[in-house]
Amino acid sequence: MVVFEKSYDVIVVGAGHAGCEAALAAARMGRSTLLLTINLDAIALMSCNPAIGGLAKGHLVREIDALGGEMGKNIDATGIQFRILNTKKGPAVRASRAQADKQQYRLRMKRVLENQDNLELKQAEVTGLSVENGTVCGVDTKVGIRYPAKTIILTTGTFMRGLIHVGLTNYPGGRAGDPPSIGISDHLRELGFEVGRLKTGTPARLDGRTIDFDRLEVQHGDAEPTPFSFSTDRIDCAQMDCHIAYTNEKTHDIIRSALDRSPLYGGVIQGVGPRYCPSIEDKVVRFPEKSRHQTFLEPEGRDTVEIYPSGLSTSLPIDVQYAMYRSIHGLEQVEIMRPAYAIEYDYVDPIQLHASLETKLIRNLYHAGQINGTSGYEEAAAQGLMAGINAALRVQEKEPLVLGRNEAYIGVLIDDLVTLGAKEPYRMFTSRAEYRLLLREDNADLRLRDKGHVVGLLPDEDYQAFQYKRTMIGEEFERLRFGKISPAASDPLFLEQLGFSGLKNSLTFEQFLRRPDITYSHLCQIDPVSRDVPAIIREQVEIQIKYQGYIDRQQLEVERAAKFEGTKIPADFDYGGLSGLSAEVREKLVRFRPDTLGQASRIPGVTPAAITVLAIAIRALGAR
Amino acid sequence: MYVRDTIAAISTPAGEGGIGIIRVSGDRAEDIAEKIFIRNMSGGMKSHRFYYGAIADPDEAVSLDEAMVVLMRSPKSYTREDVVEIQCHGGYLVVRKILDLVLKQGARLAEPGEFTKRAFLNGRIDLVQAEAVIDVIRGKTDAAVMLAQHQREGHLSLRIHEARENIVYALAMIEAYLDFPEEDIEFAEDCEIVNSVKGALGKIDNLIDGFDEGRVLREGVSVLIAGKPNVGKSSLLNTLLQEKRAIVTSVPGTTRDIIEEVVNIAGLPVKMLDTAGIRQTDDVVEKEGVRLALEKIAIADLVLFVLDGSRVFDEADGLILDAVAGSNVIVVKNKSDLAPVMIIPDLLLEKPAVEISTVTGTGIDALKELIFSTFIHNRAVDSREYVVLSQARHRDVLQKAGGCLKTFLENFGAGMSLEIVALDLRDALHALGEVTGETTPDDILDLIFQRFCIGK
Repeated sequence: MVVFEKSYDVIVVGAGHAGCEAALAAARMGRSTLLLTINLDAIALMSCNPAIGGLAKGHLVREIDALGGEMGKNIDATGIQFRILNTKKGPAVRASRAQADKQQYRLRMKRVLENQDNLELKQAEVTGLSVENGTVCGVDTKVGIRYPAKTIILTTGTFMRGLIHVGLTNYPGGRAGDPPSIGISDHLRELGFEVGRLKTGTPARLDGRTIDFDRLEVQHGDAEPTPFSFSTDRIDCAQMDCHIAYTNEKTHDIIRSALDRSPLYGGVIQGVGPRYCPSIEDKVVRFPEKSRHQTFLEPEGRDTVEIYPSGLSTSLPIDVQYAMYRSIHGLEQVEIMRPAYAIEYDYVDPIQLHASLETKLIRNLYHAGQINGTSGYEEAAAQGLMAGINAALRVQEKEPLVLGRNEAYIGVLIDDLVTLGAKEPYRMFTSRAEYRLLLREDNADLRLRDKGHVVGLLPDEDYQAFQYKRTMIGEEFERLRFGKISPAASDPLFLEQLGFSGLKNSLTFEQFLRRPDITYSHLCQIDPVSRDVPAIIREQVEIQIKYQGYIDRQQLEVERAAKFEGTKIPADFDYGGLSGLSAEVREKLVRFRPDTLGQASRIPGVTPAAITVLAIAIRALGAR
Repeated sequence: MYVRDTIAAISTPAGEGGIGIIRVSGDRAEDIAEKIFIRNMSGGMKSHRFYYGAIADPDEAVSLDEAMVVLMRSPKSYTREDVVEIQCHGGYLVVRKILDLVLKQGARLAEPGEFTKRAFLNGRIDLVQAEAVIDVIRGKTDAAVMLAQHQREGHLSLRIHEARENIVYALAMIEAYLDFPEEDIEFAEDCEIVNSVKGALGKIDNLIDGFDEGRVLREGVSVLIAGKPNVGKSSLLNTLLQEKRAIVTSVPGTTRDIIEEVVNIAGLPVKMLDTAGIRQTDDVVEKEGVRLALEKIAIADLVLFVLDGSRVFDEADGLILDAVAGSNVIVVKNKSDLAPVMIIPDLLLEKPAVEISTVTGTGIDALKELIFSTFIHNRAVDSREYVVLSQARHRDVLQKAGGCLKTFLENFGAGMSLEIVALDLRDALHALGEVTGETTPDDILDLIFQRFCIGK
């Protein structure tokens, strides 16, 4: 093994959505960083859906952006259709979603990486880790070079021992067209990690020229696209349409008659697949009463005819794929450009991680993305960002940045992973966040900009713009508390229309806005100054005023839980010497080795009594 | 979780005792005591001194009971927090009312073992000492203890689980609507969600109603035997006791004191109060007996109005009719072995009635049945299906959950945003979690994925 001449602060293995954010974060924080990938032409490749965002995922992207990550900016620059979902529902469950130009997305990200100071990119397949005294100190590659580093971040995606299935045929691969990564997961197992197997799948890519779009329902983007990034002012590009098609009974018959050739139902696939992203054969089997299943036909870019039919992933043989896709109304003549497939891959159960994403077993080794059992670009990017930040902080000998469940979806995501583990691919949903009303897309900057700036990731320029916005919000609140509507000085007809007839005492603007159905547009009719308040300030102020009672209620719960969240458990804590714990709870605590009492309290099966015992023991330790 | 709120509980064993103690611990203990404890001395209470006075509801200015109160300031107390102990008379009702008053002033009902838990948390007792208590606390969620509780309390946990299922369903429907706007799935109708929550609320309300029955089963009830002299009140008591206790003579007015005896009716402890016959009298001793009897009528859980069926309804009977008008009454027509003469006045016709003979024993079982069913409405009491809430903690949990569900129904009906009304359902589940175990987001997602075909 040849040892490379240079030693890095941070090496990131893998250049998918997790790897890119990790490498950028570390480099932007001034660390000398090396990004290694099996294929330099597949950086930030969207291996599945050509889209970013959606419920809870859009939230993640806004948070990544608020901290100083790249994903939001990248999709703003390369998106081809933008939509806000749930506009008729409350602000906490509104989310951004965009279709991406797949090639432009990856090319722009590669450009950003290549232009980043402190960051080098190399093509290499990592086959093992170099570990000394329980601390990682480099990676070994297939061609026999050892790259030394202070910290390593593994973002292996679906590549570790990846196995691709099309019908009963299967072959090793990390993604269609790319080789798998062999050796590293075996090495992890040798090092003592619990390594498991998961499965996911992707639909075929269809030739858009052979689809009769005129016969399909069309779905446009929003008339005015809303950017993901707090740093993007506006999006001007022309938007592309998606189309909606449906399977039918004939499709389902074709699928049912071919189940004997399905690797999923034939028992060839061992890995656990995601329930929320089932293959079409899964849907047909599990919901036989459903006469049709919906698919969005999403363009893969401006300069390509390739179409991604969402919801139609499958591992059925190629002849069945043809018959199945062609049974769909509007797709009778369709040609397949790339076949659908399922892929099995190795992952490392994330209960073996600290909340910083550093492994508990090997010091200075971090895991992010699908290696932790998650699915989704946004979930991966969020972890990559945090792993990058924390590796950089480690090199700087600083405390890691751990976001609370009340601070960010990123906090919920990582806390869920490290306390519950992943038995199936994990996807974020808003229902996973108990403080959902606090974690909105609209306030991601208010929640996280400070933190991004403190760790040195968020540039001063972005931070100053944010501070200006925050000041304006504060001033607007003051103005609304001070400004009054007096019944005497107001048009009685106008007040009556708004349901304020009989108003005796004057009302502050804030009280006025708090009423249901009253918005800034009403206030503008009374108060001319309100017309000059920028939309972005209005939005934030209005949401906070209307949500106030509920925000306070959630804030109260946060404070109640705060004590445990802040109580750290020493890494070498001796659970065996602690009486008052049942054998079962002790075994769980020894296995999980939680970092804080808060984490411990969320491990399934750990009782409140056990937490109490633990709390006392830790307090006693501190007193000693 | 250890929260520094103020807790309170009855510290003496349930049931009648000479003395009852309500213990309050936490920062607000003294504050609460000052609000409800009225005494002649001015100035604040000193630590570790007994004070004499009365407990009264500041809102109603009605004294509940005379009491001795002691304040033990932190850290010199059992929990090392400020502790107030209120000693009052030992009757269940009095103790319970004082506890309710303390809770009304802002204390929270203590969980089993919580005082000890706090003593432990504050470092007053060591781990070994506390382990026994820890077991109790842990018992809340342990399956084995749950099972024991299950057997003891019928299918309480099963019923609560059913309510939980209803709530989980409603929440899953709402979450699906919030989290999967792009899916081609049919969302639940509003009425489906409302019905599911109403179903849960109905089950919870039933359980809360059952709580009083559970209390009755454990604590017993008081039943007063009233009637004019010599209609057979003492004979009835002896028949129910199956032994002679009360002095039985045919001389009217023999019973002058109140005689108390406890009989067991199908597992229900019944404290029988035999009173002096009520009539106009000049005899001083007898007069006192009548006064006592009239007083007791007002506070008895049930009055057995005994009449002599072999005679006409006379003025003396009418006197008693006036006295029992506001009470829970069973009309007992005694002496059914003799020729029936009495015509029951219209005013009493709506009351449950039974004809008995203390001489032959006829009708005694029917009377017992009637007494029993007055308190225990569910006839399946002996079967395993019978669910009673015998612990105040459970009632607390259910009331909390029920309150959340009511808020949900109001807010949902008012068209409030779903991510907001979902909070109410989550709070309800969190409250029930004390009994059913915590409901995790994954439980909700499980149901969504089971019911809806989701996935792109």
